[in-house]
Amino acid sequence: MSAGFDKKIHQTLADANLQLAIYTATGRLKDKRSESFAAAAMPDYQELRTQANALKKHAIENLDHYLEEFERNVESHGGKVVYCKDGTEVSDFVLGLAKERGARLIVKSKSMTTEEVDLNERLEHHGLESVETDLGEYILQLAQERPYHIVAPALHKTRFDVAGIFEKQLHVAYETEPEKLSQIARGVLRQKFLDAGIGITGANFLVADSGAVVIVENEGNARLTSTAPKIHIAIAGIEKIIPRAQDLAVFLKLLARSATGQALSVYTSFLSGPRRTDEIDGPDEFYVVLLDNGRTRLLPDRAKRQSLYCIRCAACLNTCPVYRKIGGHSFPWVYSGPIGAIITPQFMGVSHEPGLPFASSLCGACAEVCPVKIDIPQVLLDLRSEVKKSETREKKNRLEKFGYRVFAWMMTHPRAYAWAGWMARHAPVVKVGPVRAWTSQRDLPPMPRQSFRDIWSRR
Amino acid sequence: MGKRVSLFVTCLGDQLFPNAGMAVVEVLERLGYAVDFPKDQTCCGQPAFNSGYRDEARTVARHFLKTFESSEYIVVPSGSCTSMIGHHFADLFRKEPETLARVETLGRRVFEFATFLTEVANVEDVGARFDGIVTFHDGCHGLRELHIREAPRRLLARVRGLELREMLPAEECCGFGGTFSVKFAELSGAMARTKLEAILQTGANTVVSLDSSCLMQIQGALSRAGSSVRTMHLAEVLASR
Repeated sequence: MSAGFDKKIHQTLADANLQLAIYTATGRLKDKRSESFAAAAMPDYQELRTQANALKKHAIENLDHYLEEFERNVESHGGKVVYCKDGTEVSDFVLGLAKERGARLIVKSKSMTTEEVDLNERLEHHGLESVETDLGEYILQLAQERPYHIVAPALHKTRFDVAGIFEKQLHVAYETEPEKLSQIARGVLRQKFLDAGIGITGANFLVADSGAVVIVENEGNARLTSTAPKIHIAIAGIEKIIPRAQDLAVFLKLLARSATGQALSVYTSFLSGPRRTDEIDGPDEFYVVLLDNGRTRLLPDRAKRQSLYCIRCAACLNTCPVYRKIGGHSFPWVYSGPIGAIITPQFMGVSHEPGLPFASSLCGACAEVCPVKIDIPQVLLDLRSEVKKSETREKKNRLEKFGYRVFAWMMTHPRAYAWAGWMARHAPVVKVGPVRAWTSQRDLPPMPRQSFRDIWSRR
Repeated sequence: MGKRVSLFVTCLGDQLFPNAGMAVVEVLERLGYAVDFPKDQTCCGQPAFNSGYRDEARTVARHFLKTFESSEYIVVPSGSCTSMIGHHFADLFRKEPETLARVETLGRRVFEFATFLTEVANVEDVGARFDGIVTFHDGCHGLRELHIREAPRRLLARVRGLELREMLPAEECCGFGGTFSVKFAELSGAMARTKLEAILQTGANTVVSLDSSCLMQIQGALSRAGSSVRTMHLAEVLASR
């Protein structure tokens, strides 16, 4: 584990206000999710999960086929599909288009994929203004922070925090009423929507058979972003593909319930091209950027590629006893919680933060709530093994490796094991290493004089 | 009955919680089982497996297989170790079809203690008496990998003098997680203290679980907090009369 990871965990645990904020907010989402999936409310929930898993598995295993189908259908509606291998290619495309069309202001709706490639920073670096329009994302953009949570990005901010941020960054009066705070943001953002040359959204689903981008949201900002400016660019990871429009009957039932406990989000938009001649609303140009950014690296691994099934509902974060303590910013990349712990090492490489797959008690609460049934603990175990293999190759952490070799020898030599156990129970407690770590938080159990095998042998 | 069962007491149970192991023996013998303790037993290898050391875990798993392969039933007073043997041994031998087949056969004969009582011995009332207010902690691997939820509760419901008060939430991790408890000690401790709040809210004087490892974590945190609430393995409650 890196010192930075350790330090962020410590800082979050030590901040009592933050602890309360995270625990309360995730608890609320977790409870709402449970209510929405109660047997009385949704008797076929487990069946839907099984279907969702099978659909995602099929889509990922036939990604090439469905991406091409999607592309054909988008283009038949007058849209254009752009494949990008990384963040540089995404920003080059957006910058090029902005330059050609003379756009200086971009409005954005919530998208983890664009966070993944630091799109705002890249665009701003080239003199464009890129404004987040989801309220939570807007707050964080003003605070210059990255999302704390996949669905509720400003989950760690209280209304008092927001009041302070708005006062400082927007030069408005200190105002703590949530309704008034939203009015302030709305006042600023309305004009941005009207002035923007380009709207950038993410995508929750890319539907192959209809060439549609499906966006699920509650604030209406994604709908404005995708329709008010003359150009709409949807940026999505390639794994967002699903085969058929009818598959949405499965995914839309699961997504909002898993995320917030809503039966359906307030807005669900189906966008399948630029405005047609007989339509009043919609952009003149419609682009879908399909981003790889490491995703194809996961495809050859039969077990781990299930990580690409994720629909970013964040149910695993809300239920995770680790996330609920260490929060989102302790994680080394934009994706936090259990899903972050399995995709970060795969997208960025296991040595990006070797401690990450180990920061779990393997309790399995995440897999239990995952609507597409990703076996997160199993992937964590596989990643742990990869971290150790890579450490062995690089001759790192050799003392630990030696320790486990001794362990394996001891556990195959019962008399040596019994002797070591006797020594450990009878020797005075020395608070170093693991004993010190244990006793920093908890007391040790009383050491029995006799082991079970001692008692058994005297029966 | 006169049936034989082999006890895998687990390394933690052997070295630190022998009373829980003896209680398992007492309950099983009370039900007419002849209990056998294969003396070459050590550990299931989970610490190495969960730490990413698959080769070392495989070595230990092979030893376990050799030690218990001839047993008809293997009873384990731990959901976590049962799941390691029944589920994760298979992960270790994917490339050795012959060993994999042996491990899978072995896996079908391994039972977590409470499940053995309700599903194999087919009993709920083991004739126990325990005067106290009890809350039950679901160990994560027992609950989510073995789907054990009702068995211990049904057993506890038949204990004379015992009042069960469910904590909210009973199924949230205590924060032990094996080496996680020392690698991420501060985080593990924070998780334990959250668990403690749920326990103390019930007013129970005893926390019962299927895993001595969770109980070690909970007891350590209770003791550090100066609480008089004690921890007991389910077997110890069922052995009480």
